[in-house]
Amino acid sequence: MIETNATIINKAGLHTRPSATLVKLAAKFRSDFYISKDGLRINGKSIIGVMTLTAVQGSELTLEFDGVDEAEMAEEILDYFKRGFDEL
Amino acid sequence: MKRLREILKIATNNVVGIPAAPGMVIGRAHIFHKELITVSDDPIDNVDEALGYFRDAVEKSKKELHKIFLLAKEKMGEERAEIFSAQLMILDDPVLLNQIEVKIKYEKKLPEFIVQREMNIFLEMMRHSTDSYFRERANDIDDIKNRIIRNLQKKRLQSKVTPGVIIVSESLTPADTLLFAKWDAKAFVTDRGGLTSHAAILARSLDIPAIVGTHNGTHRINQDDLLIVDGFHGYVFVNPDEEQLRYFTEKIHKLQEINIELQELKDLPAETTDGRKISIFANVDVTGEIDLVLANNASGIGLFRTEQLIEETGEIPDEDEQRDVYYNLSTRVYPRPVTIRVFDIGGDKVKIFDFPEANPFLGLRGIRFLLDNTNIFKTQLRALLRANTNNNIHVMIPMVSTIEEVKETKRLIKECAHELKAEKKEFHKFSKLGVMIEIPSAAVMARKFAKESDFFSIGTNDLIQYLMAVDRGNDAVSKLYQEFHPAVLQTLEHIIQSAHEGGVDVSMCGEMAADNLAIPVLVGLGLTSISASPAAIHSLKRTIRSISYASAKELAEHCLAMNSSEDVTKAVADYFEKHAVPRTRTILKFF
Repeated sequence: MIETNATIINKAGLHTRPSATLVKLAAKFRSDFYISKDGLRINGKSIIGVMTLTAVQGSELTLEFDGVDEAEMAEEILDYFKRGFDEL
Repeated sequence: MKRLREILKIATNNVVGIPAAPGMVIGRAHIFHKELITVSDDPIDNVDEALGYFRDAVEKSKKELHKIFLLAKEKMGEERAEIFSAQLMILDDPVLLNQIEVKIKYEKKLPEFIVQREMNIFLEMMRHSTDSYFRERANDIDDIKNRIIRNLQKKRLQSKVTPGVIIVSESLTPADTLLFAKWDAKAFVTDRGGLTSHAAILARSLDIPAIVGTHNGTHRINQDDLLIVDGFHGYVFVNPDEEQLRYFTEKIHKLQEINIELQELKDLPAETTDGRKISIFANVDVTGEIDLVLANNASGIGLFRTEQLIEETGEIPDEDEQRDVYYNLSTRVYPRPVTIRVFDIGGDKVKIFDFPEANPFLGLRGIRFLLDNTNIFKTQLRALLRANTNNNIHVMIPMVSTIEEVKETKRLIKECAHELKAEKKEFHKFSKLGVMIEIPSAAVMARKFAKESDFFSIGTNDLIQYLMAVDRGNDAVSKLYQEFHPAVLQTLEHIIQSAHEGGVDVSMCGEMAADNLAIPVLVGLGLTSISASPAAIHSLKRTIRSISYASAKELAEHCLAMNSSEDVTKAVADYFEKHAVPRTRTILKFF
């Protein structure tokens, strides 16, 4: 299992469009993907869960990847966070 | 036997309302509560069935949302339409769907309850966000939740209503009315609504007795009470005594005999005693009514309301689906013509978007909506052009207020024809293109409109509403909705004369055309074509066959010069008496 932290850096935060993209990205992989914020832990493959995080700019998230392709999954998803959801 | 008046004098179990659709029935009450989003946590026995209902409701919601999404994209741009695409993703959310299914399986409770509770967990978390953007997104989740529940409840409702009951409700939407009609509802009784509310109109065209505006019907009547519904006079008797039952059973029997007599008029022409022929067309709201049209020997279909296709399914059918409906319709009545009215969306009818309008009756409806949403309009026009293989489709535009709207429609029809030609698809130009005259500006400008169209159809419901500035559904002012007001009669005369001068056909498809009392005045004003619900055709024919054009013309001229609706009503009543014209209602009151 890979556990890592990520910060929301774009201005609008994890709003509808990046939430949708994130879930679509996660769906490409077989591994499990969980996101935690302020004690709330949700399944990263669930759009309604990701929206519920209500993660604004500056939010600190913990990401967990667990499964056969966890390394590739972590790499691609972390990259998306680092690019500020392509909204920088 | 006692008379109705004597029965009423001693009755304490009667509920009184406006008689909105004629007929008499005896049956059990089914109370229908409109606030559908009250969720039941009833236990279930059949888990697989419940899971099936849940999956169907999700699929149905997806289909609805997809159409809305495409519309929204066109209308508001990709970015704002994203709300709907996210909602669509929620309906595909594997984690959420699985979670709901698992809980249905283990808790064995109605899916609507599980959906409500599980989705509320997410909803509440979003509502507590400090960020306003996310708080607002909670409404999207709420919306999608309600959509699923609504679709689930439709299922549940279907399985719960026993056929052949009398529906008692606060109010009914056209969609409810249709749904219940499909389950053989015997009658409708509603607390609210007026004579021309859409539920009332539908009830009349479906030949189902209805009483509206009872104010307290749902309080006085309980589930499974035995009811007598008298749709001629507007009385409901709750758990009737023996005397009442005997009286009405006898009356219902007599009614059936009268209907058989009226049937004998089937093959006789609608012609006045001095030989003036009147064409009677049928208004058709549901395709099932066509059987009635054919059985009653109508001259054709004078009005097919296409927005009804949306009301039935909650979505706009695509081009091929529409083409099939229009083609089948025109084939079934061939060689008689069918007048198809393009979508009259807006007002109190179907709403695609929930953009609130302060004044929907004066807002974006009818042709205004279509010219603003040309994708919807062109799809329909293309379907109509492709469907006109029999060359008997006449197309009619609703809510026209300016000449430009007719010109723009013609331009779009040309555009569609060019496209179809380029796509090498078979189509036939419309035999006739006409306009509804239902807005006072169009009535005043009727001479000009005669130059731009092939026929007029007078929509009296809206025309009277706009002319008298009275909301037809508001029972506080509905008294001012007077079809016999001299202002209405003068306007009708102007429209009919303008049509004659301009050489275009003129017909009437509003409620007034189905009113036997109005027939002498209308014939007298020069109208030679009317369109009414198929069930009304025989009694209209009987009235026409018992009057002379000469006396009707005299009556009309007399009424045009009067001051008030009361004066006209009296003159009409005198006319009926003097010429011994049979009145269905009078007969019923005294036999």
